[in-house]
Amino acid sequence: MEFFQQFAPPHPSPAIYASMVAIVLTTVAIFGGLTYFKKWGYLWREWLTTVDHKRIGIMYLIAALLMLFRGFVDALMMRAQLAMPDNQLLDAQHYNEIFTTHGVVMILFMAMPFIIAIMNYIVPLQIGARDVAFPRLNALSFWLFFSGAMLFNISFVIGGSPDAGWTSYFPLASNEFSQHVGTNYYMFSLQIAGLGTLISGINFATTILKMRAPGMTLMKMPMFTWSSFITNIIIVFAFPVLTVALAMGSMDRIFGTNFFTTADGGMDMLWANLFWIWGHPEVYILILPAFGLYSEIISTFARRNLYGYKSMVASMVVICLLSFVVWAHHFYTMGQGAFANSIFSITTMAIAVPTGVKIFNWLFTLWKGKITITVPMLYSMLFIPIFTIGGVTGVMLGMSAADYQYHNTMFLVAHFHLVIIPGVMFALLAGLTFYWPKMFGFMLNERIGKWAAWLLAIGTCVAFFPMFISGLDGQARRMYTYSEATGFGIWNMISFVGALAIGVAFLLIAYNIYYSTRYASRDISADPWDARTLEWSTHTPVPVYNFAVVPQVNSDQAFWDAKKHGHVLFKDGYKDIHMPNNSGLPIIMAGIFFVWGFSFVFSLWLPAIVTTIAIFACMAYQSFEKDDGYHIHVDTIEKTERKLGGHKQ
Amino acid sequence: MKIDQSLPLEYSTEENRIKILGFWIFLGAEITLFATLFASYFTLVNRTGSGPTGAEIFELTPVLIETLLLLTSSFTIGLAIHAMRLGRQKAMLTFFGLTLLLGLGFLSLEIYEFFHYVHVGASIQTSAFTSMLLTTLGTHGAHVAFGLFWGLCIMLQVRRDGFTPHTANKSFIFSLYWHFLDVVWIFIFSFIYLKGMM
Ligand code: HEM
Ligand SMILES: [Cu+2]
Repeated sequence: MEFFQQFAPPHPSPAIYASMVAIVLTTVAIFGGLTYFKKWGYLWREWLTTVDHKRIGIMYLIAALLMLFRGFVDALMMRAQLAMPDNQLLDAQHYNEIFTTHGVVMILFMAMPFIIAIMNYIVPLQIGARDVAFPRLNALSFWLFFSGAMLFNISFVIGGSPDAGWTSYFPLASNEFSQHVGTNYYMFSLQIAGLGTLISGINFATTILKMRAPGMTLMKMPMFTWSSFITNIIIVFAFPVLTVALAMGSMDRIFGTNFFTTADGGMDMLWANLFWIWGHPEVYILILPAFGLYSEIISTFARRNLYGYKSMVASMVVICLLSFVVWAHHFYTMGQGAFANSIFSITTMAIAVPTGVKIFNWLFTLWKGKITITVPMLYSMLFIPIFTIGGVTGVMLGMSAADYQYHNTMFLVAHFHLVIIPGVMFALLAGLTFYWPKMFGFMLNERIGKWAAWLLAIGTCVAFFPMFISGLDGQARRMYTYSEATGFGIWNMISFVGALAIGVAFLLIAYNIYYSTRYASRDISADPWDARTLEWSTHTPVPVYNFAVVPQVNSDQAFWDAKKHGHVLFKDGYKDIHMPNNSGLPIIMAGIFFVWGFSFVFSLWLPAIVTTIAIFACMAYQSFEKDDGYHIHVDTIEKTERKLGGHKQ
Repeated sequence: MKIDQSLPLEYSTEENRIKILGFWIFLGAEITLFATLFASYFTLVNRTGSGPTGAEIFELTPVLIETLLLLTSSFTIGLAIHAMRLGRQKAMLTFFGLTLLLGLGFLSLEIYEFFHYVHVGASIQTSAFTSMLLTTLGTHGAHVAFGLFWGLCIMLQVRRDGFTPHTANKSFIFSLYWHFLDVVWIFIFSFIYLKGMM
């Protein structure tokens, strides 16, 4: 009994017990359903062991949408709690846990996998490749991310959620001030998921450098591929910093080291520095692929080449470099002195320049364009003004002297939500709508989609604009309540209404998926938007091998040129295609990692040692395994192509 | 599989060239990892709390021998790859095995060194400095230990399959890894030990 006590949540409430029951019931339902309909074999062969980048992309997508739900429920609870002064819906501890899990889930388990989902699906198609460079590692990346996410999500029913903020600053995150295991969950789930992301970064950087179709020089890569490339380079150089920081944090909590303690020389500010040396590049990891998606969408629906291709690339390179030298703007008020603050102020404000270049390039692309407002385009149009407001307030926060007024207030919360929601969320929803027909073979309903986009945009403004005011008036962030005398009540009530509108928008999006799955026409062409890049030149649904014949590229709009200027994409005849085999190892290894993380969270040494050995055993197994993949023969390709509507020109 | 005969075996297929580039990118990530450890080390080096300083606990002799062992092993792995290019399997395996033995010697001494530190009252919990010191050394040591394990797997595969594009590629990538660990050690030797003892 003693032993099991440690797994009980330290601050139980009816909501937590209800979630426990819900989790158990859902698990039983899923397992029961799979067994009843005899789908285990199918699931294992076609999905759990797949190494196909398209299927991995779809699994990332499903995970991201689930996490979006979780993150949004957290957000709604917070807004409901703050809606009225002296509200008793949540107590301080629950509020702490919820803003922490909301931040972590939204950034690391929703936005990241959502982006990687689209990268997985689109990048290989966009560069005319058959898969990524290391398909099996790609599966491992997904499963590691997934087991990290699951480890994080069980925290609130087993042992307690982290409560030190998504930044997990020490000494607050130390054993002294965060006594239950919540912060251990933070450390280990991020470590496991981060490992997966790092592997993805290496994989995609290699893919983009080495596997482009003949003729696609670097400066002929489509803009989304460019943005993915830069993003993955940032991942490769930023994530190891997080790895080290998390390892040190875990050791402080579990092995009693003194990295971030307040005794024996420990230095809590070292955590803040390391965290943000990773953390600031991380926000560019989120926004750059989003910019890439906007570039594709805007040039498609303005029916023009992207304006200023070279300056788009250059500005991303500059953003990438600058993103590593601005980290200290997150703690101007924490005592590093005027000189350091001035330097970081200047580098921070400098980022506005390349970002501005990109905004103007989009505007110039629209200028004289033949614009059609589809749902993806509507998101892009709503993005530009809202994001600009978020961005300009970011420059305000970047001024270190003024930041003493804004720091840690709702003003900051308004700023970053107003860049991240239009910048990242809108882009992902736009990208999802844009690529939906390629992924699933039918279009999402435009009418419902437009309603959702407008409602989401309005909801976002209503939810976050009031925070500028209450923030300037001094409403601190991460405070679970406030008194009536502060006068914040009205602003927070407006915010709550905005959050509800966002909720309705999400419901509409879910309904749209349901509605379109049932009623949308399956009879669509492979290129329903009349788009410009290679991913649209192959069949829908995309065959396993992506392209029967490797395309020949002559410009960054190769497919457009093929359609309008008679460029021939597919010159050669069919040849046998070499493909990688499926493998169960990635999911098994990630499962072991899950147990490994869980063991460390609760300091269960025996399973920790056993799983560590098991992980190495898996690697050895992988090393000795002989697996040369298989070949798809010409006659199979011919048959598939005929079934999908004939050879592609 | 298209094999390009004009290139060394480890570069001979497209798959192999992709793997080598991927590994270089991985080394980029490793550089960031060690750079972060070094930066943190320099931040904490003087924060010794109630514990000893570096000068008080470092011992020159084991460190010199470790350095010697590791530098020699970098040379022998080079010879192993050279032998592989000449197609001489026995010589290759001999030098490869020698490399791993030297690595094992290095690791044993490092473990001795750790016992010594704990013995003189510089455990991982003593102060920020000792936490950081042992973590930095330990991360490098863990990489060497992993290298021994990995290298052994590769040797067995070379014995099993002979030189194929696969095994040659693995051996070559292993040599990159091993040289990298040597470079990291040179930094550790100069900036942690020598600077610390001055
Ligand atoms: C969709 C509607 C959303 C609403 C209504 C919302 C609301 C909130 C609220 C009320 C807070 C806490 C403020 C405080 O007390 O400190 C918060 C914090 C935060 N949100 Fe959101 N949010 C939303 C979406 C997002 C998205 C899409 C992301 C990122 C992709 C995000 C990332 C964060 C982060 C990182 C924090 C800081 C957490 C911390 O203080 O540790 N949010 N959000
Ligand atoms: Cu920042």
